[in-house]
Amino acid sequence: MTDTTGTAARPARRLTPWLFLLAPLALLLTFTYAPIANMIAYSFTDWDGVSPQLDFTGAGNYTELLTRSELFEVFFVSGYYLVASVAQIALALYFATVLSFDVRFRNFFKGVLFFPYLINGVAIGFVFLYFFQDGGTLDSVLGLLGVRTDHAWLGTPFSANTSLAGVSVWRHLGLNFVLFLGAIQSVPGELYEAAELDGASRWQQFRYIIAPGIRPILSLSVILAVSGSLSVFEIPYIMTGGATGTETFVIQTVKLAFQFNKTGLASAAAVVLLLIVLVVTWVQRRIVPDEKVDLV
Amino acid sequence: MHPNRRTTLTGSIALLALLASACTGTGGSSEGADAEAPDDPSEVKGSITVLTHRTDLVQDGTMKKYAAAFNRTHPGVKVEFDALTDYEGEVKIRMNTENYGDVLMIPAVIEKKDYPRFFASLGTREERAAKYRFTDYSTVDGKVYGQSPIGTVPGFVYNKRVWREAGVTDWPTTPEEFLRDLKAVKSKTDAVPYYTNFKDMWPLTSWTNVNGSVGCDPEATSGLAEGDPWAEGSDLRVADTLLYDIVRGGLAEKDPTTTNWEASKPKLAKGEIATMWLGSWAVVQMRDAAKQAGTDPADIGFMPFPAQKDGVFCAVTSPDYQQAVNVNSDHKEAARAWIDWFTDESGYAAADLALSPLKDAPLPDILEPYEEAGVRLLDLDDSKGAEVKSIDNHSEVGIFKPDYRQEIVDLARGARKGNLDDFLAGLGKRWNEARGSLGS
Repeated sequence: MTDTTGTAARPARRLTPWLFLLAPLALLLTFTYAPIANMIAYSFTDWDGVSPQLDFTGAGNYTELLTRSELFEVFFVSGYYLVASVAQIALALYFATVLSFDVRFRNFFKGVLFFPYLINGVAIGFVFLYFFQDGGTLDSVLGLLGVRTDHAWLGTPFSANTSLAGVSVWRHLGLNFVLFLGAIQSVPGELYEAAELDGASRWQQFRYIIAPGIRPILSLSVILAVSGSLSVFEIPYIMTGGATGTETFVIQTVKLAFQFNKTGLASAAAVVLLLIVLVVTWVQRRIVPDEKVDLV
Repeated sequence: MHPNRRTTLTGSIALLALLASACTGTGGSSEGADAEAPDDPSEVKGSITVLTHRTDLVQDGTMKKYAAAFNRTHPGVKVEFDALTDYEGEVKIRMNTENYGDVLMIPAVIEKKDYPRFFASLGTREERAAKYRFTDYSTVDGKVYGQSPIGTVPGFVYNKRVWREAGVTDWPTTPEEFLRDLKAVKSKTDAVPYYTNFKDMWPLTSWTNVNGSVGCDPEATSGLAEGDPWAEGSDLRVADTLLYDIVRGGLAEKDPTTTNWEASKPKLAKGEIATMWLGSWAVVQMRDAAKQAGTDPADIGFMPFPAQKDGVFCAVTSPDYQQAVNVNSDHKEAARAWIDWFTDESGYAAADLALSPLKDAPLPDILEPYEEAGVRLLDLDDSKGAEVKSIDNHSEVGIFKPDYRQEIVDLARGARKGNLDDFLAGLGKRWNEARGSLGS
């Protein structure tokens, strides 16, 4: 590269990217890292969330957490969401593949699938509360189809968790779908043409072109799904408040902090959740390493 | 603005945060200040901000009318209101600074021992207890820090017409009789005999207010601090067992998990729901719902917990949020004047059909049937209130929280494994352990 501006301008030039980064970095530090630092600090204290008095308790909160196994039982609930997210990824992949081919009304269907993701989670919670209530939308629709159930959808732990996980799939399907669709469309078009000329079927195109092409996005989706199922919050919190066996780890943490004023213990729980998610992600990356994709 | 710890922490790393958070909070500077009542109301000056949870009254202009009435006797005080929808949550955070209004309702989260750090004293217990109810609830070391402008009495809100149709005209006097009456409602009318409000959670917490009513004991709160709240025959056990039996007997709504508080009001007014355990405060709302639904507001009845001691019903009184003066306020006299006026003269309690905090005031008309039936109103001794709260938090039982009662409802309708005796024994065990480890 030829330097036309002269050596004097160079330091300023090097500074430019940092100047651009200043605003986002400041926001990131203020609203992400400072609160996390604060939370980690609180996790070593017995702060109740409001009192001016606070004592340093060392690793006390962590010992309490790890010796109270019942606090980890709520992770069973995450199992429902984990199973649901497998279905979610499969569905998203199916729709993304189908809609990447030339089908009628494909933009309309793209919109339909992505739309739920744009709605606020709290609003979704309220909407689905009416959906599941006795004689609500679900019962009416089933009634139209001639199915008369008298089932309390949120009534038992199994039914409630399944229903909630279903809502979660409905909500998050759109994001996976858009990620997959983007990845599929970034595969060069000539490959499909060449494959079609060679007489490859749709399934073969999927198996040998699409699937390897979107592997990194697929593994990202799995990581997001796992960490998402470990930290489910909005939907069960709004819809059941954690009643009837739907309490997740985050709801439990919120209750510790804001019902029982154990901000210190709750901070420790939040830190532990963060560590668990990190470990799970790390293990997953070790099992399925990120290989460079080379289609051509 | 006062430089608070948020600014010192910004951009710091974990270690710095650790150091900085060691000096959380700003309290202490004016700790122990008194909010003296002004000698001459017309002389008080200043502008005060009142934080309130009554967003409804601020929006419909009722609070402005109170302020105008207050200004007739206190022309120098300008009163402004700050209505907060999530009162507890927002005030809790604001109390980390010094700017939490001049007058505020004491949030439930503040521990009693911290009252002197946050609020200015309104006087000694002796001088206030002579005139007002509920002084115990905010007394620390003989000084009182707050005053509730109204009191409520827990009880069953019921639809008289439905109960009449079921052939019941007398208040049941035992839990068994109450269950029999609910069964009569179920078999003779179309109404849901009892509505739990399970989904909205907080209505379930009012079951704790049964404490004191069964045994007619003004020391019931101290009883919680000193023993197992679910011991055989104790008030809470009687209450929780009744709730369990109601749900167990199929006398509650079909699907508790999707209940709706707002929708339950017109349903009770129309007689689709027969009974709910709430408090005297709910009667006004139910009557309004009746007016809107075009049914007779006089059908809304109120009855005490079905238990008698020596042939007499007992009902405990309990305070609402207590008003207090911010210890950092620059206009403590004006703030104090507002609290005194609001408690003594505003007519707020009468407008809410609530129990007046003044000991010599007459009972509101919704409690007239109580007077006729000779129901004894019981002011609980709350000197151990703070201990009960800290045992409750420490044990994570949550007797003032809805969770464990949701579990009782789930147990009763078979959505949770186990039986009531074991469940209550488990709660008692956690309670006792927490008390032990707190060393009281």
